[in-house]
Amino acid sequence: MLLTLLAATAFGLVRVRNLFAVVMLAGVYSLLSAGLFTVMDAVDVAFTEAAVGAGISTVLFLGALALCGTRESKPVHTPILPLFVVCLTGIALVYGTMDMPPFGDASNPVHHHVADHYLEESEHEIGIPNVVTSVLASYRGYDTMGETTVVFAAAVGVMILLARGRRRTREDAPGEGSASPPTGGRSTRETPR
Amino acid sequence: MIPVAANPLAQSLAAQLQIAQNLVSHYNYWVVIVLMMVGFHILIARGNLIRKIVGLNVFQTSVFMLYISLGKISGGTPPILAGGVGHGETDAHGAAEGAHQAAEVLYSNPLPHVLILTAIVVGIATTSVGLALAVRIREAYGTIEEEEINAIEAEAGA
Repeated sequence: MLLTLLAATAFGLVRVRNLFAVVMLAGVYSLLSAGLFTVMDAVDVAFTEAAVGAGISTVLFLGALALCGTRESKPVHTPILPLFVVCLTGIALVYGTMDMPPFGDASNPVHHHVADHYLEESEHEIGIPNVVTSVLASYRGYDTMGETTVVFAAAVGVMILLARGRRRTREDAPGEGSASPPTGGRSTRETPR
Repeated sequence: MIPVAANPLAQSLAAQLQIAQNLVSHYNYWVVIVLMMVGFHILIARGNLIRKIVGLNVFQTSVFMLYISLGKISGGTPPILAGGVGHGETDAHGAAEGAHQAAEVLYSNPLPHVLILTAIVVGIATTSVGLALAVRIREAYGTIEEEEINAIEAEAGA
């Protein structure tokens, strides 16, 4: 099953030393999870994950690696304490799932609040066959607007962070004019999203 | 789902079946928790900032999987209306027919999908900000290892 494969990839993420391999494994992990989303009927989520998680984020990680180098020093602390904390949290979470309704049951409470309304009425109210799209763009349109605001803020943040470093290096190198706005290269790669 | 049987043997069999079903039905959630904990472990046990961000991504994707698992209905189809929508707009009769058709097909829950679509995009935004911070830290300190940064900070403070 895909889930088991995912778990194997995740453990690979912990073991592998080289950061380049880590980034590649993260891409594999994203793609596998996109496959899992397809199996679980979430086709919109699957292609977003494949494009954004496996595509853009791998490119971003590779860009960051190109700037930071792929060397990783050995961990200084013994991993016993984190492992203990992680196991404890995991056990608590598994205990929490005991009260959860069985997977895939149509009578689960999740499916009977607004979801029924969306499935039955969105055809008349919105008029497009893809229910996910009509919920995203219309019923929960304010969420999506907030999301774009977050993305915009993030893009601005990234540009400011990277532009500051760039300006400093420009001051060091007097050949380049510091009056030109910091466009091109790293900063603009973040914007077209 | 399981018919209630009168004789005790069948009842105990049904109970065992229930336990086995529980195991199968919660397998998804448990693997998600394992993945979540792997991400958490990377996040707290590793000193390299980029690897920490990778761990955060793994954690995040596992939460996505949890939500999508909640929205899945066994035997359901993706929530795209089967009847299409073109004929529904022209006349009321067609619309009613379309709604009737839609009611017969079992769709998975679209709501978690919408939430997770939003979360994926916000996730890539936070990832890019985190990576930009890592790049800046690298420019300022010459390293992205937590321990080395701490050492440099301690030296500067002393």
